[in-house]
Amino acid sequence: MNLTAIDWLIMLLYFVFVLGIGFALKRFMKTSKDFFQAGRALPAWICGLAFISANLGAQEVIGMGASGAKYGLETAHFYGIGAIPAMIFVGIFMMPFYYGSKARSVPEFLRLRFDEKTRALNACSFAVMTVFSSGISMYAMARLIQALHVFDGLFRALNLAPEGIFTFSICLSGLIVLLYIFLGGLTSAIYNEVLQFFLIIAGLLPLVLLGLKNIGGWGGLKASVPVAYMHEWKGVMHANTNPMGIEIIGLGMGLGFVLGAGYWCTDFLVIQTAMASHNMEAARRVPLIAAVPKMVFPFLVILPGLLAIGLPTPHTTMVESRVNGAIVHQITVVPAEVAEGRGLVPAKINPVTGKAMLTASGEPLLDYDMATPNMLLHYFPTGILGLGLTALLASFMSGMAGNVTAFNTVFTYDLYQSYIHKGASDRHYLAVGRWATVGGILLSIATAYAAINFNNIMDTLQLVFSFVNAPLFATFLLGMFWKRATGHGAFAGLIAGTAAAMLHHGLTLPIEAHPGIHGGWIAVVHHYPSDMAQNFWGAIFAFSSNFVVAVVVSLMTKPRPEAELVGLVRSLTKMPSHAHIVWWKRPEALAAAVLVGAIALNIFFA
Amino acid sequence: MSLDLRIPMGLLFTLIGMILSSFGAMTNGRADLYARSLGINANLWWGLVLLVFGVGMLLLGRRSQRRLASAPPAAQQDGDERRGH
Repeated sequence: MNLTAIDWLIMLLYFVFVLGIGFALKRFMKTSKDFFQAGRALPAWICGLAFISANLGAQEVIGMGASGAKYGLETAHFYGIGAIPAMIFVGIFMMPFYYGSKARSVPEFLRLRFDEKTRALNACSFAVMTVFSSGISMYAMARLIQALHVFDGLFRALNLAPEGIFTFSICLSGLIVLLYIFLGGLTSAIYNEVLQFFLIIAGLLPLVLLGLKNIGGWGGLKASVPVAYMHEWKGVMHANTNPMGIEIIGLGMGLGFVLGAGYWCTDFLVIQTAMASHNMEAARRVPLIAAVPKMVFPFLVILPGLLAIGLPTPHTTMVESRVNGAIVHQITVVPAEVAEGRGLVPAKINPVTGKAMLTASGEPLLDYDMATPNMLLHYFPTGILGLGLTALLASFMSGMAGNVTAFNTVFTYDLYQSYIHKGASDRHYLAVGRWATVGGILLSIATAYAAINFNNIMDTLQLVFSFVNAPLFATFLLGMFWKRATGHGAFAGLIAGTAAAMLHHGLTLPIEAHPGIHGGWIAVVHHYPSDMAQNFWGAIFAFSSNFVVAVVVSLMTKPRPEAELVGLVRSLTKMPSHAHIVWWKRPEALAAAVLVGAIALNIFFA
Repeated sequence: MSLDLRIPMGLLFTLIGMILSSFGAMTNGRADLYARSLGINANLWWGLVLLVFGVGMLLLGRRSQRRLASAPPAAQQDGDERRGH
């Protein structure tokens, strides 16, 4: 790739602004509330855009493109079923308790509602997970920068060894995120997430437009990919008739009710942005505002992958022409990984034989993660290419920043202030929060390096996270809507849910996988048609076990007096009234509009 | 918070828009450069779009800041709240 001065200028400009916002906000960071909770003073639209941008990390932009190339439009289920209903639910039903309880973090809400040990369990697992996730994000970014040869020219010009690119990318991104969070705390992270949100649109929208024009519009795209790729719902009744290999119950329950709700309703990474808004009504509106662009995002992140797979695959060509009687051969050589791939998605090449690696059914194994980046390189001339790459970098950094601010808050309030050093001055906790940011980034860097040496560590970590996360939603649901639920019940439920997720994984295996990291490490009693199906059903088992165990244990233990639960449980809390607002400005009206929009989109893609 | 995000954001997009569109105007008609973007001068057109977006953000931010500055402190709280709608 040849980057010119104009591309570098745009990238540099972005970094200057990111850091500039951090410096400009420094003078407002006087108390720990300013630093960790943005002073609870931000307008709803800013928090709403940050709410989805915190999730727009590498996994989203690169991962959804990859998934679009692999499964087609069925990927949009992650939006239509996975995200939007959960965002409506958290805004309408759960935000009154998160925001109204005055809890400063999600684990702190668990302490208010249940007890100390439930909070400690959640805070510890969450702190570990955020650090590792931000490390994973860093590692993925450094790998992508290497694969796209972004800094190769710079390193050649400065006479440095190209092996240093990995370290350089990690340190640069770590340093930038560290600086702007250290200076401006959550406000800085949220402001930059909004900036990143618009940059990602600015970088991806022209890509989709150019790709669609090239392939012949929507009709052309339809003609160049298999029929099943263009339908979100077709064949969903049975696992064998749709690309993801999942049937309607696993999809609706597993993705929609358990995984989607578990993420969007309980993960402090996204909830923290809503809790930073300036009043209850704004806090409730944050996830609903976020749901509006979320509906349009399938076009931006999934379509590039689908277009990449639909374009013609380049082959080595020889054009024979006669010029003044002489025969001229013009040969365009295409590397093996491109020729063996599909469309613009390259195949994975075995470095020893130089041949494409094959799946169990003899098809070449495709490197789907390169779908969206390859589209950028294919269509963007220098200039706008700089903008596209900046958008990719922005998405990696916004994912990382959300993790880091969630980590420093949970570490300072839920671990340090609660168990290590109680009753210190606010200044002290502000300083601890700043240094927790440094510590969190250093741990992320360590994780990214660990990933180079232990190839499986990322898969293993993500697997462990899924065990811990899958049952969480049941705990919150019982806590907020059933006043009889007790701390012992919640704690036992969480342990049982995680155990059930592990057991399920140990006993089942997707077809075409070998026992081990993909499952079946105890014994194989059931085969799933795909890893997606295994994942969704595992979540259903974890959720149900948590639910049942929590209910049973709660009924056997002593309930808390009702007076202590006011503001924490629905039946004992007066729901916020928005009677003073015109009806169409109320959160409920917005929620209804979002729901109608989501259904319309699902019908359009059916 | 007295830093309105729309001002730095508008500034960034205005600058990017100006850089891209002027670069696009300078390289207009260079077939080798724009072959990959299907012969469309992507820099010029997308630069103009971003320029309009940036200037719009900047104007909105400036307007609300002027309104905040001219409003008395008590009403300022109100103005802050309305901004979220």
